[in-house]
Amino acid sequence: MTDSAVKDATRVAHVEPHDFQPPGFVRQVTTMVWRSLKHIKRQPEMLTDVTIQPVMFVLLFAFVFGGSIVIPGFNYREWLMPGIMAQTMAFSAFIVAIGLNMDLGKGIIDRFRSLPISRGSVLVGRSIYSIIHSSIGIFVMSLTGLAIGWRIHNGVGKALLAFALLLLFGFAMIWVGILVGSSMRSPEAVNGLMFTTIFPITFLANTFAPTVGMAGWLRTIAEWNPISSLVQAMRELWGNGPEALPGAALPLHHPVLTTVIWSVAITAVVAPLAVRAFIRRTTD
Amino acid sequence: MTITTDARAVRDRSTGPAIEAEHLVKRFGDMTAVDDVSFSVPQGTVLGLLGPNGAGKTTTVRMMTTLSRPTSGSARVAGHDVVRDPELVRRSMGLTGQAATVDELLTGRENLRMMGSLYGLPGGEVRRLSSELLERFSLTDAGNKVVKDYSGGMRRRLDLAVSLIATPPVLFLDEPTTGLDPRSRVELWDVLRGLVRDGTTLLLTTQYLEEADQLADRIIVINHGRIIAQGTPLELKDQSGKAAIVLTVSHADQLEPARALLAAHVPEVHVDVAARQLTAPADGLSDMTRVATVFERSEIVLDDLGLQRPSLDDVFLSLTGHRAEPPSGDGAESSTEPSTQIEEQR
Repeated sequence: MTDSAVKDATRVAHVEPHDFQPPGFVRQVTTMVWRSLKHIKRQPEMLTDVTIQPVMFVLLFAFVFGGSIVIPGFNYREWLMPGIMAQTMAFSAFIVAIGLNMDLGKGIIDRFRSLPISRGSVLVGRSIYSIIHSSIGIFVMSLTGLAIGWRIHNGVGKALLAFALLLLFGFAMIWVGILVGSSMRSPEAVNGLMFTTIFPITFLANTFAPTVGMAGWLRTIAEWNPISSLVQAMRELWGNGPEALPGAALPLHHPVLTTVIWSVAITAVVAPLAVRAFIRRTTD
Repeated sequence: MTITTDARAVRDRSTGPAIEAEHLVKRFGDMTAVDDVSFSVPQGTVLGLLGPNGAGKTTTVRMMTTLSRPTSGSARVAGHDVVRDPELVRRSMGLTGQAATVDELLTGRENLRMMGSLYGLPGGEVRRLSSELLERFSLTDAGNKVVKDYSGGMRRRLDLAVSLIATPPVLFLDEPTTGLDPRSRVELWDVLRGLVRDGTTLLLTTQYLEEADQLADRIIVINHGRIIAQGTPLELKDQSGKAAIVLTVSHADQLEPARALLAAHVPEVHVDVAARQLTAPADGLSDMTRVATVFERSEIVLDDLGLQRPSLDDVFLSLTGHRAEPPSGDGAESSTEPSTQIEEQR
């Protein structure tokens, strides 16, 4: 009797696993994204943060503050749109953090970890999903903007560059979200931290009002805020606002370049911390 | 991360024990959760890990299923080392954790589809297996409903079905019936027996001696992270004392005649006047049948007559000299003591 025949004989009574190969990374990630998209289908109210909320902001700022803030040579409503879009993209961090934190708090993360897949697929899946989530918000806001008079003036190339910068910045914010989501003990804690940090940071910039009117030290902080660079870049690329005044801080004079630098720098600093926090959280 | 090992590598070591633990230790800071635990589970058999809350059952399962790295010691599942070859271990086993490990916002079918896809099964195969599993676990009607709306029993069954999508030869179940009503519990036991009949090796943790008794070929009793007893269910029960006949008379004035009658047939009788209750050691059902016949022929009217089997508490009492500690902290589970067991003790 051959060796394999012996093995076959002893194996008869046993359950055999399927002859399958574990899925490639792409299939793992698409499955994770599919899961998150199903969640939206079941709980459409999950989208209020990128639909009703930004639309409400657009309308509130446009009509409540619109009358009292004057941008020489430009329409405040047009000037406002890049600001609100940047804010929505900054909230990507929020979306990743909450989603990841909720998964980590449940038994399902153990289930995923007991499967022959990479732990990274959970992270990458969540990240891609949050970009989709935020992009829905950008789309809804664009329509709202168009309805109240917002237009892109400088052609397709620059328009796309601005959207690309927006996505790049969103990518950097995702790492912040992974760090926060992996470090906090509960979704409530994530909420608390995000509302007291990201939320004010998106206001302490040129998003809703020009920095010119701010006190000296505050103005410096606001103009060095990465969000200000992004917003300034979008305004110039879309023709929604003037170039930086001579007195403005350095980043605003090269907004496209500084947005890229800020995004890369945030990613370079936060990504290793985020991955470490995630690994620590999912190891025991 | 790609895994290039041929799928056959997963199954090639199919002659040794399906599960093996050697001197497993897990420390969290100063606390030793699992302290020198060793066992071996032959293929196609069931090991019950029995112990109270916080005994180290879950930590042991987490180490066996690659979720937690042992502080020292080693473990193998289907011949693969949990530390050196976690990927191969993950392809050889299924896990149903204590907390629900299904996605509440997906339907039952979608949960199966997601897991099948994450195991790398082809789409058609996943659909076929999903229908088969839903059928087997009586979830066909609920397959397209969102899990959030499932009952506890349905959720547990789905959880188990999801663990089976890749037909793992080894299955780990952490307190599979905690929180289930008696009927769901018995149904789940039947499903598990079927799996074992088909050759699956099972390691299950439980707080209930009855459950280990029903399902396990061997039982390990664990307390404070240490193995304090092991053996077949019968051996364990012998260690913890015999069963007892408990009878309750309807009228207090019949207590003494009843005691006299019983004493004529059994070696010793304990009397609880307040409860109108008599207790006598018994070997089993035959003793009880005998006593039942005797009392049927007498004038004495009984409220109740039953055989009281040793409970986990009794096992603990005899093994450690004190009662199992009441669950501290998350004591939620203590309230889910199966009512069948409670009734049986009354």
